Order: sequence, then C-alpha cells, then structure tokens
Amino acid sequence: MSLELITAICFATVVAGTPLVLVAIGELVCEKSGMLNLGAEGMMSVGAVAAFVTAYWSGSPTLGVCVGILAGALLALIFGFITINLMANQVATGLAVAIFGVGLAAFLGKPFESRVITATPPLTLPILSDIPLVGRVLFQQQSLVYLTWVIFGLVVWFLARSRGGLVLKAVGESPTSAHAVGIAVNRVRYLAVLFGGAMAGLGGGFLSVFYTPMWTEGMIAGKGWIALALVVFATWRPWRVLLGAYLFGGVLISQLFVQSSTLQINVPAQLLSALPYLATIVVLVLISRNAQMIRINSPASLGKSFRAD
Amino acid sequence: MLRLEARSTASDWMRLASPPIAVALTILTGLVIFALLGKDPLKGFEVFFINPLRSFYSVTELLLKATPLAICAMGLAIGFRANVWNIGAEGQFIVGAISATGIALSFGSVTALSLVLMVLAGMLGGAAWAGIAALLKTRFNTNEILVSLMLVYVAELLVSWVVFGPWKDPKGFNFPQTQMFETTALLPVLLEGSRLNLAFGFAIVLLAAGHVLLTRTTLGYKMRVAGESAGAAAYAGFSTKAMTWIGLMIGGACAGLAGMAEVAGPMGQLTDKVANGYGFAAIIIAFVGRLNPLGIGLAALLMALFYIGGEQAQQYLGLPGAISKVFQGLLLFYLLAADVLIGYRILWVQGRPSTDSGSPGAASKRST
Repeated sequence: MSLELITAICFATVVAGTPLVLVAIGELVCEKSGMLNLGAEGMMSVGAVAAFVTAYWSGSPTLGVCVGILAGALLALIFGFITINLMANQVATGLAVAIFGVGLAAFLGKPFESRVITATPPLTLPILSDIPLVGRVLFQQQSLVYLTWVIFGLVVWFLARSRGGLVLKAVGESPTSAHAVGIAVNRVRYLAVLFGGAMAGLGGGFLSVFYTPMWTEGMIAGKGWIALALVVFATWRPWRVLLGAYLFGGVLISQLFVQSSTLQINVPAQLLSALPYLATIVVLVLISRNAQMIRINSPASLGKSFRAD
Repeated sequence: MLRLEARSTASDWMRLASPPIAVALTILTGLVIFALLGKDPLKGFEVFFINPLRSFYSVTELLLKATPLAICAMGLAIGFRANVWNIGAEGQFIVGAISATGIALSFGSVTALSLVLMVLAGMLGGAAWAGIAALLKTRFNTNEILVSLMLVYVAELLVSWVVFGPWKDPKGFNFPQTQMFETTALLPVLLEGSRLNLAFGFAIVLLAAGHVLLTRTTLGYKMRVAGESAGAAAYAGFSTKAMTWIGLMIGGACAGLAGMAEVAGPMGQLTDKVANGYGFAAIIIAFVGRLNPLGIGLAALLMALFYIGGEQAQQYLGLPGAISKVFQGLLLFYLLAADVLIGYRILWVQGRPSTDSGSPGAASKRST
C-alpha cells in the first residue's frame, strides 16, 4: 500500500469517525446523569434533515448545522418530558424517539432527496497542516472536525475537573443522595438529555451538510445505534469513546475503500457493508464478558426515573 | 398549576383507558398535521381512517395487513413480559422470509408439504436470528437491545444480497426480487374475492395460544414474575437465562412466521423491501396492546390502518408514505405519556406547590 493511500484512509477515517464522536460523547454525558436515551438514531436523522433543508434554503452550512442541533435537542426535550416529568420507562421512550425521529426525517426529507448543496471546502490550519502525513490527516479537515475536538476537550474537562461534572455524576450515581444535598436532580437530567440531543443533531447535521453532502432516507444507517454501543464499549469513559469512534470510522471507511478499490476481492458488497454492524456486536461481546467492569463503570441509576417525594 | 400525586394503588381503569386516549390524541395530532400541510383535515381523516373500512374488499385488506403485525407483536409481547428487550424483530422477520423463500424456490411444488416446510423454515430462521442475541446475552451478558438491532441491519444486507445475487429472478428485468412462487408455495386464500389467507388463521391461533400461555401456565407466570422483579424471580429460583432464551426464541419464531406469511401471502416472492418496518411497528403494537393478546389484536388492526392510510395518503393527498411512521412514533409517545395516569393522578394546585419535586435547590434558596 502506498503512503498516499494510507494517508487518504487515515484522513477519511477521521471524517467518518467525527459524527460518531459527537453523538457518543453527547450520549455519554446524558447517561452520566442516569438518563438512558436510546433515541440517538432518531435525533441524528432529524438533525440531519433539519440541517440539510436549512443549508439548502439559506445557502449557509453553519446555519444549517445550528438548526440541526436545535432539532436534535427538541426531540430530546420530548424524551425528557416523558421520562423525567411523566416518569415513563426510558427504554421504551428512547425507542419511540428512534422510531418517530427516523419516520419524521423520512417524511420531511422526501422532497429534498435529490437536491444537492455545494460542498464546504476544508479549513486548512496554517503551519500545522504542513507537518508531513499528520498535517494532511488531522489539519486539512472540515471546520466541524476541529470543533468536535474542542467539544470533546470541554467534555473531558467538564467531567473530570469541574464542579458541574461532579454534580452530573452525583446525580447519575445516586439521585436520592444528590437530591438530599440540594441538587436539582431533574434539572441536571434535563440539561444532560438536551446536550445529548444537541450533539446527536450536530452529528446528523455533519453527515448531511458536510460529509455527503445530501439527504437520503436511511443515510444514518444505524450510526446512532453504533454510537450507543460505543458508550458501552468505552465503559463510560470519554477517551475510550474517542478511540472507539475513530476505530469505527476506520471500519466504515475501509469497507468503502475495499469496495471501490481496484483490488478484485470476490466478496459480495453487502458482506463488506455488514462489517460495521458485525464489528459492533463483536466489540460489545468483548467488553460485556466482564460483567463486573460494566457494573462498576456504568452510572448506578442509569435508566431509573427519579421522583423527589 | 398542575402537579402529579401518587395513587395509593395503580389504577386498573387507567391501564385500559390509556391506549384509547393515546389513539385519540394521535388522531387529533394527525388532523393538525394535515391542516399544517395545507390539506383538508377532514379529507385526511377520511383517507386515513374511513376509506380502508369502506368495502368488504378493503376490510379484508386491512385484516391481511394486520396479520403479520399481530403475529409478530404477540411473540414480542411474551418476551417483553419477561423484560427481554427484543428490538430486532425486523431482522428476524427478514430472515424468516429468506428461509421460507429458500424452501419455496428449491422445494415449492409439493402440495401442503411445501407450505408446512416453509412455515417451519420461517419460524426456525427467525428463531435462529434471535438466538444469536440470546446466546450472546446469556453467555457474555451482551445487551440484547443493541445486538438484536445490529442484526436488523445485517439481515437487511443479507436479503439485499440474495435478491440482487443468487436468487434474482432471471426474467425479472434486473429488479431486486426472486421469481414468483408456485401456487403450491402460497398460503391458500380464505375468503373468495379477497387476498386474506391462512396466515390470518395462524394469527388468531397464536393470539389464543398467547393468552393461554400468559394466563394459564406456570411458564407464563414465571415470565410475568421475572418481568416485574428480577430479584423476586431469582429468589423463587427461576432461571433468568431460560427466560431470556424463551423470550427471544418465541419472539424470533413469531417474527419469522410473519415474514413467511408475507412472502407466501400478498407478495408471492421475496424482495429487498419485504419487512417494510413491520418488525418495529410490532413493538409499538405490543405496548399499545398492553402485552395482552386481545389488545394486540386491536392494536394490530389500528397499525394496519396506519399503513394502508399511509399508502392512501400518498396516492390521494400527495404526502410521503413515511407519514404512517410518524403516526406510529406519535402513538407510542402518547401512550407512554398517558401511562403516567396509571400510577398518578393530576391535581390542580393553587399557587406554588409546597414541595417542588426534583428541585429542592429552589426551595432552599427561598428559605435563605
């Protein structure tokens, strides 16, 4: 394999991993508060459509992505209301978010299926991009890729070093104790859920406005669910989320490279396309074998609703 | 302002009332959506909810559509009772359809025997696909929601491969579909002048069997206990592993049977669009039907109405067919929201509530 090809694959891996980083880190924060929102796929889909349609009309990818964030957060708000205020089962409500979001996106996006928007040129960072190999892979990317790193850094700092992060984790570990020391449990949970939705919307918007750039029904193709699996795989630790997301970006990309390459590999295209899903299962098996590790690392109140009285 | 007060005991009445409330709210929202889209809401209501009931033929079409949905949902409900979250019925449906098609294409010309084998193959195929999730869950503690869901995508690619590749109809103008099955591999039609077939009978039998299993057998009792309290089930010595296996296998077998009914029924062949979201709709049906066979039958009819209504809305109102998925999602939202009334009642409180639930910070700030 030539150096050029390796660089191209690494570059594409970072791009493909970016939406997964965003969605998974959002879900991580959400789950840290004890809220299990399985609706990432739906929030991503809605975010992708909202972002694409806005970018198409306004001509501004930035505005598009902002609306995508809003759309994801709005859907998360519904989830929050039903699970926090009405104390419904989080698994079932998350499923409803997934089904509703995917359906709504298909419905709203139908008239825009064959439309195209102009691709946004990458933002080449001065000096850094001149570093051989690394410069091309990391510093000639879309602006959103850099933003993803900033968001990631902020989340890492927030969880490990800030008071807010402590409060968030306290709520996720024991809402009752957190309530007893005067933390507004449900307000914290709402914020965490909204952040998760916003990040899923951003991830979807990145896909439809920056990555492809277009909208087709089913283009999210399980990436929201893979992001959920990544959080488990990462045992709720941000650095592992980042690693896992790029690993999966690599899986997503390598099957595309093999499919489009001149290597005459005699395998059905569908088998290659199935690789990311199969890889998700394998990864889940590897990590879940150690039940204790999952138990220790997962937020203790994950999936349980809380009521003060 | 409104606030919730816990009931001393869960309201059985609300347990029954909440699905109809959710349906009514979904329909109301639907009318608003039609109006927002600039369509006449009454016309929309007519197209969605009245037209599919207008004639004998359209009613049989409704029953035909409800059949695989009810079969699939009944299987899922048994797992859900035991807290086994099989979300991948869509994939099990597809693999059931593929397995049955395998028999139809290679062994489809023997009267009766072909169909019996197809039924078995469909159920086995679906159960085997769900069995992967059961195996990984019981052996490695792997989350069955994510595994069964990932397997949906794999199943979709699998069916795409067979209909684009080895099983593609050579005379099918390159469409992704198999050749039409021989009549011996098709389920016999029950009512002259309709497409309603034997699978409707399967659905009725299954719902009855589900009722017996859940209310009259020890196994059903164990599953209910396991579903309500894993701790109590473990204390009583019920094996959660066995519950996981049984829940997923029954769900998979039913989904596979539904897939078989679809290819050996209205489709008469296998295509890459065979599942059409039925596996996901079945999840909603199971919940809206309160995991209860009679409720599932009714909810399946309602969901069939959404599907047919969606097709009609496409034809007569020029709306994307995905509107039926929007309604499905809305229905589940409303149901989950309305279910709060089972355990709580809404009170109208004058002024500020004395205890601000979930935010003691606000209260303490006031006192300082």
